[in-house]
Amino acid sequence: MYNFPDNGGHFGPFGGIYMAETLIPAVEQLRDEYLRLRDDPEFKAEFAYELKHYVGRPSPIYHAKNWSQRLGGAQIYLKREDLNHTGAHKINNAIGQALLARRMGKKRVIAETGAGMHGVASATVAARYGMECVVYMGAEDVQRQAPNVYRMKLLGAKVVPVESGSRTLKDACNEAIRDWVTNVENTFYIFGTAAGPHPYPMMVRDFQCIIGEEAKVQMPEMIGRQPDAVIACVGGGSNAIGIFHPYIEVPGVQLIGVEAGGHGIASGSHAAPLTSNSKIGVLHGNRVYLMQDDNGQIIETHSVSAGLDYPGVGPEHCWLKDLGRAQYVAINDDEAMQAFHDLCRFEGIIPALESSHALAHAAKIAPSMDKEQVLLVNLSGRGDKDINTVARLTGITL
Amino acid sequence: MNRIDQTFAALGARKALIPFITAGDPSPELTVPLLHALVAAGADILELGVPFSDPMADGPTIQRASERALKNGVSLRNVLEMVAQFRQQDSRTPVVLMGYGNPVEAMGWETFAQRCAEVGVDGVLTVDFPPEESHEAFTHLHRHNLAPIFLLAPTTPESRIRQVAQLARGYVYYVSLKGVTGAGNLDLQGIADKLPQLREHIRLPIGVGFGIRDADTALAVAKLCDGVVVGSRIVQEIENSTPDNVVAKVGALVSGLKQAVAQA
Repeated sequence: MYNFPDNGGHFGPFGGIYMAETLIPAVEQLRDEYLRLRDDPEFKAEFAYELKHYVGRPSPIYHAKNWSQRLGGAQIYLKREDLNHTGAHKINNAIGQALLARRMGKKRVIAETGAGMHGVASATVAARYGMECVVYMGAEDVQRQAPNVYRMKLLGAKVVPVESGSRTLKDACNEAIRDWVTNVENTFYIFGTAAGPHPYPMMVRDFQCIIGEEAKVQMPEMIGRQPDAVIACVGGGSNAIGIFHPYIEVPGVQLIGVEAGGHGIASGSHAAPLTSNSKIGVLHGNRVYLMQDDNGQIIETHSVSAGLDYPGVGPEHCWLKDLGRAQYVAINDDEAMQAFHDLCRFEGIIPALESSHALAHAAKIAPSMDKEQVLLVNLSGRGDKDINTVARLTGITL
Repeated sequence: MNRIDQTFAALGARKALIPFITAGDPSPELTVPLLHALVAAGADILELGVPFSDPMADGPTIQRASERALKNGVSLRNVLEMVAQFRQQDSRTPVVLMGYGNPVEAMGWETFAQRCAEVGVDGVLTVDFPPEESHEAFTHLHRHNLAPIFLLAPTTPESRIRQVAQLARGYVYYVSLKGVTGAGNLDLQGIADKLPQLREHIRLPIGVGFGIRDADTALAVAKLCDGVVVGSRIVQEIENSTPDNVVAKVGALVSGLKQAVAQA
């Protein structure tokens, strides 16, 4: 029976709590509070109500017939997290953590964001529950995700561009941690992915598991059985663990995580710690496979998608890789872009560039599979936020 | 007894001045001269920062020092070489390496501890490795008689103070404020209130750092504890100097701090 993490937040050799002392009591308090509430019927009912009436769950599963037919092999089904309120899976977790923050009496929430979807989700729930919200975002991401920056501001959040380091997601995490250590008494850190110090990897996973739990009911309703493979993109890995976890003990369902291959693994310019066989290291509160140089310095990553542009990955994905229960592959920028355009043209759906990585892998393996086989792709977010990036890469000025 | 214990024993009731600089800032060639200048100006223990790409517990001043050092190509291996070079002329002043865990993980704790002992490091503080995750580290540090230095914070509850009291050697580093290094919200009353609770469990000397900016704050803090750690203010002086005058300017600054601490 698969039952992770242990009491210390370890998934095998991964995970744990690696934080400066000032924050350890805060993290432990959060763990105790979450463990108390996760099985509390009132908390569960509150969370379920919000997911149904505010987010619009359950999200549908859609059979991408046109695209499947063109690919000429396996049938591709899409779990439509892009149809959630705010346009991505991130809202599931943001609501869970905001409800927790409210129970803990915290009036101020902070968040880091890469593509901006988690920032928007956090700003949204802060507006909904009447909390002050500060979002840290790498200065480079502020530029490439300008529409999301404005959305956060409309929702009443303060967006702080982070100029240090590589000016992307990891630096936004550093800055959010610095804010938290300074304001630990009144502030709740809404962490966006299934990584960081325990209990975040477990807690974010639990809040995102609604994706896989729904799919497990929906697929038999649609096709009379479970899919042959479940495919999801992996940056930190929250949408992937959300759809994978309920399937871990379902035999015959392959789990495939798709990392950002950037300009290609061989180029070194990517954000694929699992696929590139990176060494184990410690960053942002947990022990994970981590892109680093020989001296243990974190190296700069590259991906066309801001949400995947991160040197680490959640500890449970590291463990699933080592256990052999999930496989991890990489999709390059140009392959993701092709899938982005194809889904727009053949299905009338504009996918997020992050999710386009998962779509591209499905497109890669579908043609060599039987027409009766089924791939379930987690379409984790919509791509409206990416149109400026796509236009620029296509040589078009808006 | 390692050099840290000897130093505190020799100080008796007097308070230690513990300056911090980042190795390789402003340049690798100046680190050893700066360490000697700190000692000449009255430093009792030296904290030498190992640069890291993602210094989450540090404010902008020490972040920039880390960036400068990394731009200069300084690795943990180089830092250990600098300590070896420092030891050629100074066999007395304790050196504590302060930084984040990942560069040590990349080298391996066993190799790291062995190298530390060889070059004359006395204590090791890895900011993001709490006791719960440090079993492997302790095994190797203890084997080589290196002191694991721990941070305690205003938020640390009594149960954790007891835990650290059992594991710590050398001295314990109390973080004076809720925040990052170099922050401006030093809370003297808060320190005065917390120290008795720490002393109940901790027999080792207690150093206090974060937010100490000048002679006045150094004196006020020194009166409350056994050692005063000054980092960002010194790094700021390095940042505002030229390669020609940096050693003299840092020496002058630390002399002033020493005079203040000596009055406590």
